[in-house]
Amino acid sequence: MTDNLLSYMIFFPLAGMVVVLLLPRERHELIRWASALFTVPPLLLAVWLYMNFDPADPGLQFVEKLPWIPAYNIDYFVGVDGISISMVLLTALLCFLCIFASWGIDKGVKGYFALFLLLDTGMMGVFVALDFFLFYIFWEVMLLPMYFLIGIWGGPRREYAAIKFFLYTLFGSVLMLLAILALYFTSEPHTFDMTKLIAQSDKYSTAALGFWPFDRLGWGFQHVVWMALFIGFAIKIPAFPFHTWLPDAHVEAPTAISVILAGILLKMGTYGILRVNFPMLPAATADLAYYFLAALGTWNIIYGALCAMAQKDFKKLVAYSSVSHMGYVMLGMATFTPQGISGAVLQMFNHGTITGMLFLLVGVIYDRAHHREIDGFGGLAAVMPVYTGVSALAFFASMGLPGLSGFISEVLVLLGAWQKYQVLAILGAAGVVLTAGYFLWTVQRVYLGPTNEKYRALPEINGRELFTLVPLGIIVIILGVYPHAVLDLLRASLDHLNQLVIPHLS
Amino acid sequence: MELNNLDSLKFFYPEAVLTGTILLLALLDLVVKNKQSLGTMALLGSLLSLWATSQLYGSPAGWLFHRMIILDQFSLFFKVVSLLAVLLVVWMSLACREVRDIHQGEYYTVLLTSALGMFFMASSSNLLMAYLSLELVSLTSYILTGFLPHNRRSSEAALKYLIYGGVASGTMIYGMSWIFGMTGSLDYARINEVLLRGEVNRLSLFMAFVFILAGFGYKIVFVPFHMWSPDVYQGAPTPITAFLSVGSNAAGVAILIRFFFPAVSRLEEGGNWAFISGVEWPHFLLIVSMVTMTLGNLSALNQENVKRLLAYSGIAHAGYILMGLVVLNNEGLMAMLFYIVVYLIMNLGAFLVVVIVANATGREDIEGYRGLAWRGAAIPAVCMAIFLFSLTGLPPLAGFVGKFFLFAAAIKQEFYLLALVAVINSVISLYYYARIVKTMFLDFPEPADPEVAMTPDASALLGVLTTLTVLFGIYWGPLVQYTNQSLRFFIK
Repeated sequence: MTDNLLSYMIFFPLAGMVVVLLLPRERHELIRWASALFTVPPLLLAVWLYMNFDPADPGLQFVEKLPWIPAYNIDYFVGVDGISISMVLLTALLCFLCIFASWGIDKGVKGYFALFLLLDTGMMGVFVALDFFLFYIFWEVMLLPMYFLIGIWGGPRREYAAIKFFLYTLFGSVLMLLAILALYFTSEPHTFDMTKLIAQSDKYSTAALGFWPFDRLGWGFQHVVWMALFIGFAIKIPAFPFHTWLPDAHVEAPTAISVILAGILLKMGTYGILRVNFPMLPAATADLAYYFLAALGTWNIIYGALCAMAQKDFKKLVAYSSVSHMGYVMLGMATFTPQGISGAVLQMFNHGTITGMLFLLVGVIYDRAHHREIDGFGGLAAVMPVYTGVSALAFFASMGLPGLSGFISEVLVLLGAWQKYQVLAILGAAGVVLTAGYFLWTVQRVYLGPTNEKYRALPEINGRELFTLVPLGIIVIILGVYPHAVLDLLRASLDHLNQLVIPHLS
Repeated sequence: MELNNLDSLKFFYPEAVLTGTILLLALLDLVVKNKQSLGTMALLGSLLSLWATSQLYGSPAGWLFHRMIILDQFSLFFKVVSLLAVLLVVWMSLACREVRDIHQGEYYTVLLTSALGMFFMASSSNLLMAYLSLELVSLTSYILTGFLPHNRRSSEAALKYLIYGGVASGTMIYGMSWIFGMTGSLDYARINEVLLRGEVNRLSLFMAFVFILAGFGYKIVFVPFHMWSPDVYQGAPTPITAFLSVGSNAAGVAILIRFFFPAVSRLEEGGNWAFISGVEWPHFLLIVSMVTMTLGNLSALNQENVKRLLAYSGIAHAGYILMGLVVLNNEGLMAMLFYIVVYLIMNLGAFLVVVIVANATGREDIEGYRGLAWRGAAIPAVCMAIFLFSLTGLPPLAGFVGKFFLFAAAIKQEFYLLALVAVINSVISLYYYARIVKTMFLDFPEPADPEVAMTPDASALLGVLTTLTVLFGIYWGPLVQYTNQSLRFFIK
């Protein structure tokens, strides 16, 4: 059983999809419970994984390797290390909770849950795949269900949002495909095995290519490949200027899908950079990520926060706050310091839980009021006290209030940044103030003030909604007090990763 | 080996079976009352021919009929592909209402004759034979395109096809006459000998190649010989459109590879091909390939008719296939052959859904697909989505693997620009394929839109094609092995 642990985690949801497809179309309750049932084993296995993971080992654990297409050295190769394990935990948890957040879907229930489970498989696969080809397959497998989930079950402009998401991401991934092929043919013997590609990272030439524009930039093969991969990942993060799909997709997607999108999909971008760009192309990372990535991250923080401040739509505000918070991740990993990089990965995890909560909370209010205008509410605290309490927790966590998880990761990132880029660290810290600004302003407009008469009779948050929010809230508090629960998992692997890049920093 | 007419016959069973079926069909048409059974006959005949082809594996390669025809792994591969195409298209025709009322006997006779022509296209080793086989395929295609009686579009398409085809093959035979003039021979092996000796004027040889490319290019549908295809695809009966899009294309690729590789290039160590220095046809084709895929994709963006859209997408795919030729090695050729097989499967699948929808609604425009998934046709809609995403090249579907090999071949030979243009084209193509998907799933039907039901034979075929599309996306090892084996040319 434990030998194939990760495979079970990947393919349980897929089996669930098959089961859901076989169930009769009209039995909505049955389909919902069946889907929930199939997300439980991955969650339990994730807990088991967490218990049995050896944090002292920087290498890969729970590895499975089977030949798939031997003629091209393509393997079914999965495993976890400190970089991926937190993401695996997050995926298992959010997928389980989001099934319950999707309970209200009543149009095409069967299709929705089948696609959702397929999405679950794709995401889980991306985080554990160690064969580049397999990684790419999972990466793309995610796109299709996402397109349909936004496109069929989304809001009024769902078609536009869905195709925009699809085109942006596909553009990124085809560039990634070219980069993968270039690495494959450079490696000797040709392989897609990420560990082997990392082991021969010194083979990828850094000597400047002889033609425009690379001769001017001084970019070699390694730099070009780095950039192709980076664009693919940056679209997913989303880093400025590739972020424009995100507000559209978030606003139109149904609540649970927004949670998945912000909580897990965005992390794939930063995860990819850590998993691929950093160890595989360390010299180019040292040349290109130093300063550039940090500056881009800082720009994301400030730009996202300013955009969020200007939003009238509650969900769009949360979406832009994601852009801002993912900036901390980029800033943190570009520092190449132990604090910065573990802060970045912790921020990935925290952002998943906190933003997940925020989107769920927006969903709760949208289901009742059927709009998301921030200015259209007022005084909800008097009508829905429990809801307001949970919201306050999420808002304060997102703002980085000490004692809650967001604070720890942002402080770690800024600590790391201060050692390398003081100006950027100051700007990043200023981003915290901006964040506090727009969140407090929102709290004021939505929850405080005189009660809007229209919404005096809004029902309080119900048990099912609380069930999706409370586990995330508990994690936010625990990690705020005891961040080592996650940090310990990461440290060894991230230190090892840093050691690969640091020698190349001039 | 080099055989005379009589000795050749025992390596000629696939063609003989096919010819026998054709003659039998023509005769039975006079006596049989139930015309549907003729389709079944055609199906059986092509199956039998497929079996006969499989029996030829393992027999020695060589020249048949006084060096007119070559028997080797490569020609066998294309025989199998042509037979699969004709088999699936006959099956599709049986499920198609549009062709049910037309003369069944003639229809299947001409269809099988076209497949016979494709056999010769893949195996000719003589310019004369190449020309004749190409004409046989062309003539039957003209007839099949205009097969719908009292249908203006169909007749117009046939006429356009005929005129373009006439010009293209005229240009081609002119180019062939140059080759004959320069080398004194029509035989590929002898042409090769003379050309490699290097006594031929480079410029005139290049011109001759360009002329010949006109004929091949019009079969494969690459720019600038593509103008006929949208009209013909739209006007022809749908199964015939499907047949032309995969069969005629595959045969064109076969004759192209046969001429440009064994006949006028030299195989070197390590599976690389060297072209005659100074005659830069690969660079010419590199540009043609990029222009073809870009133009095809951009033109497809605004199409309203699904068949027309698939015609433009077919042009784009011809561009992708050419990538394999440009890189001049056996891996590129392998990628081409692989792509031809998966393209056959997924494109026929897409056309099958067009047939199913047209059977129920009589419509071929994208609007006619509105809310298909919610009109009792969830299965065809899902299958269509699978075929279209496979055509886009998304994993884990067969189309992805096909494109993967083509890109890999390009990257390996460091044709980065070509690979970049190709991947950007894939992204563009997603837009119009996804438009159909969007109409099927994201739009909801209006009360006037009829329900769409499937006949059992259509659903069986749909099941087969969908399974193959997914299967070859996940486990393609055996198919790669088969295409690799098929790259053995008999040269001397």
